[in-house]
Formats: sequence, C-alpha cells, structure tokens
Amino acid sequence: MARYSALEIVRQALGGNKGWKPAWRKPDPKPAYDVIIVGGGGHGLSTAHYLAKEHGITNVAVLEKGWLGSGNIGRNTTIVRSNYLLEGNVPFYEHSLKLWENLSHDLNYNVMFSQRSIINLFHTPAQEDEAARRGNSMILQGGDARFVRPDELKRRMPALDVSDRARLPVLGGLEQPRAGTARHDAVAWGYARAADQRGVDIIENCEVTGFVRDGDRVIGVETSRGRIMAKKVGVAVAGSTSEVMRRAGIDRLPIESHVLQAFVSESLKPCLDTVVTFGGGHLYISQSDKGSLVFGGDIDGYNSWAQRGNLPVVEDVMSEVVAMFPAFAKLRLLRSWGGIMDMSMDGSPIITTGPLPGMYLNTGWCYGGFKATPASGFCFAHTIARDEPHPLNAQYSLQRFHKGTVIDEKGQGATPWKH
Amino acid sequence: MRIACPHCGTRDLAEFTYHGDAANALARPDPASSDQNAWNAFVYDRANPLGDHDELWQHAGGCRRFLKVTRNTVTHGISATEMLGARS
Repeated sequence: MARYSALEIVRQALGGNKGWKPAWRKPDPKPAYDVIIVGGGGHGLSTAHYLAKEHGITNVAVLEKGWLGSGNIGRNTTIVRSNYLLEGNVPFYEHSLKLWENLSHDLNYNVMFSQRSIINLFHTPAQEDEAARRGNSMILQGGDARFVRPDELKRRMPALDVSDRARLPVLGGLEQPRAGTARHDAVAWGYARAADQRGVDIIENCEVTGFVRDGDRVIGVETSRGRIMAKKVGVAVAGSTSEVMRRAGIDRLPIESHVLQAFVSESLKPCLDTVVTFGGGHLYISQSDKGSLVFGGDIDGYNSWAQRGNLPVVEDVMSEVVAMFPAFAKLRLLRSWGGIMDMSMDGSPIITTGPLPGMYLNTGWCYGGFKATPASGFCFAHTIARDEPHPLNAQYSLQRFHKGTVIDEKGQGATPWKH
Repeated sequence: MRIACPHCGTRDLAEFTYHGDAANALARPDPASSDQNAWNAFVYDRANPLGDHDELWQHAGGCRRFLKVTRNTVTHGISATEMLGARS
C-alpha cells in the first residue's frame, strides 16, 4: 500500500484520484492467531500497532463489535496532556505525550496533533497552592509547566472573563505548553492503517460472545463470526469491560460504567487557541479546526450503560461555559452525546496480565483514556508480548486495590463516580 | 430522569444524591470481622451490571431519606423504589 506523501498526492491527482486504496483491508477471520485483541478502539488498535512494530508479532487480530472507532475514541473531547501529580502517573502520561509528538510520522497518517497548550484556571489561594505543587511535580519528573497570570490570560483569551466581577474571579492558571488536541477519528484510522500494513487483521462487526477455555487458561474466543483460537487474548473494551469479562466468568472488578457527556457548539471564527479548564467547577473547552467549541464536564454520576445523559449535567456544563466566557451565551449548541466510561475505584487505569492465564486486561481509563492511547497500546503490547508489565505500567496492576497501593490522583477514595 | 420518592412523590434527578451499588453497600461485612478479602471486595469490587441495578439514592433536596432504587442502567427505567430505615 502506498505511503501517504505530497508526491503521492500529485501522482494520484494525475491519475484522476482513482488509484487510492482503502486504508485497511476487510479480512475474514482466520481460525487462529498468536494474539487476539478484543476491542477495536484507540487502545486496541494502538496495541496491535505496537505489537507488530516493537515486538514483531504480526499474526494478530483486532475484533470490533461495531465499526472501527464507534466507541470512545470517536466520542471524546480530544484533549492530550500529561499534567498529573503522582509518581505512578506522571512517567506514563509523559511517555504518552512523547509518542504523540511523533505520532503522525510514526503512523504516516496526519492525526492533526496540535500542541496548543492547556491552561487549568484557579480561583482561590488554596487552588493556586495546589497548582504550584502539581506544576513542580511535573517539572521534577521531566515535564513542562508554568504559571499564567490574569493579564496574560486576558491577552491570549480575550473572551475569558478575568474581571473581579466574576462569581469566581480568576487568579491565574497552570499551563502545560506541550499539551493540546488531536483529531480523534484520525488516531483510530491511523493506528488501524499502520497495523494493517504490518499484517494485523482488523475484523469489524465481530462481537466476542464468550471465551474458549482449557481449564483456567483462555485459548480463544467465541464470536458472532465463529470460534477463533489464540495463544493470547487481550481485552481493551473501556466502558464494556465488566460485561465482556463476565463472559469469561469474572463477575466482579474494581470498575463501574458511567456516562460522560460531550458538547459541540455551532462554528465560529477562531477565538480560542488553547485548551482551558474551569477551576470553579469542572469544565474543559477548546475550539476545533472546524470552528466549533468542543467541551464537557463531569460524568452524570450514576452507573450507566446508555450512551446518552441527563439534563442536570447539561445545565451545569452550560452555566460553567457562560461563567468563563459570558459572550458564548449567545451560541447555539449543535450536538451532544454520551460515552460509557470505565471508572476505576481510584481513578487510575489497569494494564495487566491476567486475571486468567492467557488473558490480558486494559481498562479503568475513567474519562482520560484518549490522551493515553499511544502509551496504553505501547505498554499493553509489551505486557502481552513479554508476559510482564513494562516499568511504565507496573503500578497499574489489578492487585493494587487489594494491596493498598492505589493511585488516587484526586484523593477521593473508592467512589468511582467522583473521580 | 425522575425518581418516585415514596415520601415526597416523583421528583427531578437533581434533587437526589447518588450513593452507589446498594447490593454491595447492604452486604457490608460484619464490622467486627477482620477478613481482609471480604473487606477489600466490599470496598473495591463491583458487579456493574448492564440492565437492572439496585442502587442507593438520598433525596437530599427533599425528605433526606435514603432510598433503594432498582434502575435499568441502559434505559434508565425505574422498576422499584423502597425507603430504607423506615421508622415504625
């Protein structure tokens, strides 16, 4: 398959653009593979890519229940950042950001990664202290962070209300300049195309209905397209984790499924060139390349397997947008939707061998999975290929909940709807 | 989503506070027990069903009573609501 390049665009144009091929094949499943990845979302596809690229394992199938990118990879607000506090998280997300920085070249696919920075606003002296602590933690661990004061905020975001008339006046912000956004669908398509080119079979409309077992060991999967055997089976199904794992006889996990809503406004001229978050509540907003404002807030806060939410959160989110940017009150909302989040009990993910022999589990991304897509796949591929975690995901074990080594970034305890 | 509070009547979701999986909360181990596995399972492990889910809600914006609500996690349809700790 042709590499995408400026030269290729010219060459194809001369041929009337009739020579472009689909970005990935649509193969029928083979009877057996070395590795099966359940879930053709961002994490599953990136795992397949890194299995092939880093470990030379190309006899791999990615099984997707719906169409490629139909889950959270196509539903998120596209923010990429690594502004974490705790030791277990910072190196992992920093590695992810480094992979993002070269991702378009690595995949030969433009994922439109735009390092437009993220600014977390703070409104109280206590929040300012917390921001300083987090910024220092990021810098000490090799990341980037700086304070932004209201005069600079006003210059960079003219629409932002930094006046002292605001209900929660803005004292400043913590900026991570290397953070930004990426085109989420392109991430799924780019990983799919790159994995496919190395021989990975991407099989859509193929639901895993059960697991083939030899004693405890998982040796294959039953699917809507028949039985497929595998030496190793990795599960990366985000919000559907509990239901898929139930099909393997695992009834209880430190996971709850919750709905997160996202919103898009009508398009407007460029007016916001960073990602910015509100510290007086929970809101993150950026402007897409099409001109729409893309934003979201908290999860609805009750267990949900429905890809739609309720109105109290809509009202909350809108009031926060208007508190930050009073002029946006005139905008009309174009779309809203929901995605099912795999909320873990401590707000941190799980990338691990097991819980059954021959099985590997990648879950618990809460609502921060998009930014982790490259490192999640990188670490999950390592875990599957070597049968042990990479140092970057060693702390993301399933056992940590029973060993007292939780990574609770927000200090909320075991209330997954509050992370 | 609206919840029918047995004390106050049907009220908007915004009046209620969520307190999680009721089956889990009501199956709390004996406080005198030092069974580590039972306590870990109680604190961290959840069934997280797709379909009917028993859950605790407090009518914080109303009578402040705790309710056990059986709600479908796909349709949000509520099939039963029961007041907990009712006084005689």
